[in-house]
Order: sequence, then structure tokens, then C-alpha cells
Amino acid sequence: MPVLIPRNVDELVEVFQEHPQAKLLAGGTDYMVEVNLHGRKPETMISLRQVKELTEWSVRPSQSRITIGAAVPYADMEHGEIARLVPALAQAARTVGSPQIRAAGTLGGNLGTCSPAGDSLPVLAALGAMIHVIGPDGNRDIDFVDFMVGVKKNSLKPSEFVHSVSLPIIEGWQGYAKVGTRNAMVISTASACLVRDIDEGIVTIALGSVGPTIIRARDAEAWLTKSTSLRAGADLNPAVAQEFGRRVALESRPIDDHRSTADYRRHAVGVLAQRLLTRSFS
Amino acid sequence: MSINLPVSGAAQSHEMYSLRVNGQLHEVKDAWIGESLLYVLRERLGLPGAKGACEQGECGSCTVIVDSKAVCSCLVMAADAVETEILTVEGLGPDGALTDVQSAFLSEGGVQCGFCTPGFIVAVHHLLENNPHPTDDEIRESLSGNICRCTGYGRILEAVRTVADQRRKNS
Repeated sequence: MPVLIPRNVDELVEVFQEHPQAKLLAGGTDYMVEVNLHGRKPETMISLRQVKELTEWSVRPSQSRITIGAAVPYADMEHGEIARLVPALAQAARTVGSPQIRAAGTLGGNLGTCSPAGDSLPVLAALGAMIHVIGPDGNRDIDFVDFMVGVKKNSLKPSEFVHSVSLPIIEGWQGYAKVGTRNAMVISTASACLVRDIDEGIVTIALGSVGPTIIRARDAEAWLTKSTSLRAGADLNPAVAQEFGRRVALESRPIDDHRSTADYRRHAVGVLAQRLLTRSFS
Repeated sequence: MSINLPVSGAAQSHEMYSLRVNGQLHEVKDAWIGESLLYVLRERLGLPGAKGACEQGECGSCTVIVDSKAVCSCLVMAADAVETEILTVEGLGPDGALTDVQSAFLSEGGVQCGFCTPGFIVAVHHLLENNPHPTDDEIRESLSGNICRCTGYGRILEAVRTVADQRRKNS
């Protein structure tokens, strides 16, 4: 049971094809908890630590897109150019665990685990991220909504891995908010990301920890577009924001569990939606 | 010990590997693949400075530096830490002498039971290396992954301010 350490993407493709049962190890912040506390026996591991290409990110200004490698740690998204171009992602990154966790944890890890509480996932959903994956049959791009298919389930095929995530650079406002029992070091009770594209005059909102997958509140989005102008310079009636929050809450599908109750989560996510929409006009 | 055949082109490490800790190369023999870096440091390499408590990255008492990043050693698979530079609390001061951060923790009363202290010391060294003049908010943020149940944090914050001031005066 070795740890296999490929040096580049080509080697990674090859190694993963020869060991389809292997587990990919990036930051280890999810996987090692299972080993330490939940009796998981590590299978063959493929380490991503040395695959430099996965730790890189780039901007294509002509296409107004940013591409972030699967093994870029959250710490690199908190400040600097990524934070300037995708501020909601930076806000989400800042809520992940602690500095120690953010130094290790990666976007690809969030996608691999695909927990509804994954902090970055509502941002990917609200922005309409494309997940670039590589496998034995070559490359393909998967829309985030088709990537996450259930609680801790994604649509990766055997020996496919997440290479990078491509996000649009939006003209307008974007923000992320999260409710938990404390500020640092907390798994979300409810979370939301709202993106207001002032050129297109549309708002998208995606909800975390209130359903089996990240939920786009499409009915509330459509209602909002009909009810008020979302373009640059428009004003927001507080009653519209409140009704938006109520409608977003209706589209959530939370459960009771050890972390919170369905009722509280539904309420909280509505408040987050109202608050984010209001912020997008301030 | 089972060792799979090498996969073409890909280097591999397995149940026998080497880790570079505090500048020294250590051989790790007959290890289980699931062992965390924390476990290997403490139980195999005789470096008990990093402390094990939550084993899930919540308490920060196992904080070490891997390739210039402060991480929880309980969440690093030790066999995956080959070819990295690992720095533990034991390696901060020369020949076991106290560092300025450790002295300030003592003089400012930032140590009570002491269990969390090594993790805090490593985190503070990392903070001041990257940000020599942190604001109080930056200190709090950078230490938010280290939990202390004794001090209430006030004296720890004071120790960090003391070191930052001392270093500023001495520079």
C-alpha cells in the first residue's frame, strides 16, 4: 500500500489509470480525519503534492475567466489577485477551518468530498463554475450543477480527477455568508453565495448545508428579476429583500441533524439571502 | 511489508521512507501508511513537542511548519511528507535554547498548563516571520486555529505584541 507520488499531470493520469481504486490525497484535511477518528484504512494513495500544474491559477482577460488549479490551497484565495477577481470565493475561503486548515485544504478537495457543507461549493454554484476534469478518456468540462449529484457524491468516473475550476469574472457584486456556532473553525449550519451581475441585470443565489446538494434558488431568482431592477444604479425596496429571503428559504431542503435543525437552517438561510441581496445594493 | 512495483515514471514512498525534520534526515521504518505526521514525530522520531489532542485539525496543538506553511501535523499523512522541510517546536531555537517567542510566553504569563503552548509557539513564529508587525485582529486571526483552555488568550496576545515590539526595537 504505497503512497504514489506522480510528478506531473501525465504521470497522474497514468498512475490513476493503473490504480483506479486509489484515493487522491491533496491537503488531507478531510481524509486524515477519517483515518484518525473513523477507522478508515488507507488504500493505495496518490499524492497530489508534487503535481505543480494543479497548484497554479491563471486569468484569461479576453474571456473574463479565471482558472484555479484543484490543489490551490484556500490560503492563496484569501488575499491578492484571486480575492480581487472573485471576492465571494475569498470570503468563503476565509471561513474554512483555521489558518492551518486553509494552508492545506484545496478547492479540489472540497469537490472530491462534495459535502453539502463544503464552504467553497455555493460560490461555484452561484457563479456557474465549470469543473475541468481529466481521465483515461481525455478531458471534459462539467457544469457544477451536474458535478455534485448528492451528499458526498460527484459525477467523476473511475480514474477521473479534478484538474481545475473555471469561474467567470463578473461585473457587479458578489458575496458569501455563513452561519455557524462560532466565527473560526466551524462547519456551516447554513451558507449562501449571491452574485449580482449588474450588466445582465440578474442575481444568482446558491445555498449550502440546507439540502443534499448545493441548491440554486431558481424560483426566487426569477421572482426577483421580475420584481425589481438589478442593473447598476438601481435601488432596492427592503420589502423586496425580505420577500426574496422568504422565497429562498422555501426552496431549501434542510434536515435535522447533530449540527442544527431543519427549521433553524431554513430560517437562517432566508436571513442570509435577504442580507446578501441588501449588501449587493449598498 | 508489501511494496508494489513502481509505476512507470512515478516515484513512490511506502512503509519505509525518510523525513527531513529540523534540518535532519530521519529514516522511518516499518510504518503503517495511515500514520499521521504527528504520530511519526512523537512515537517514531522522539519529537514529542507537537501535541495530539483532537486529531481532526480543530485544536492546533500539533501545529508544525511544512515547507514554510503552518499546518496541523495530525492531518498530514507522514508518508506523503517525504521531500518536504518539516520544522517542529524542537527546531525553532538553536540547541534547545528558548526563542524570543518562548521567553515572551513565559514573561507575559502566556503559559498555564502548557499543553497548547508548543502549537501556539510554532504558530506565532510563523505569524511573525510572515507579518512582523501584526495588528491585534491579524494576531487573533492567525491564532484562531489554536485553542487554549487556560489563559483566556489575553496573555498570549500580550506575548505576541511583546515579541513584535522587541524585534522592532532590535532591528
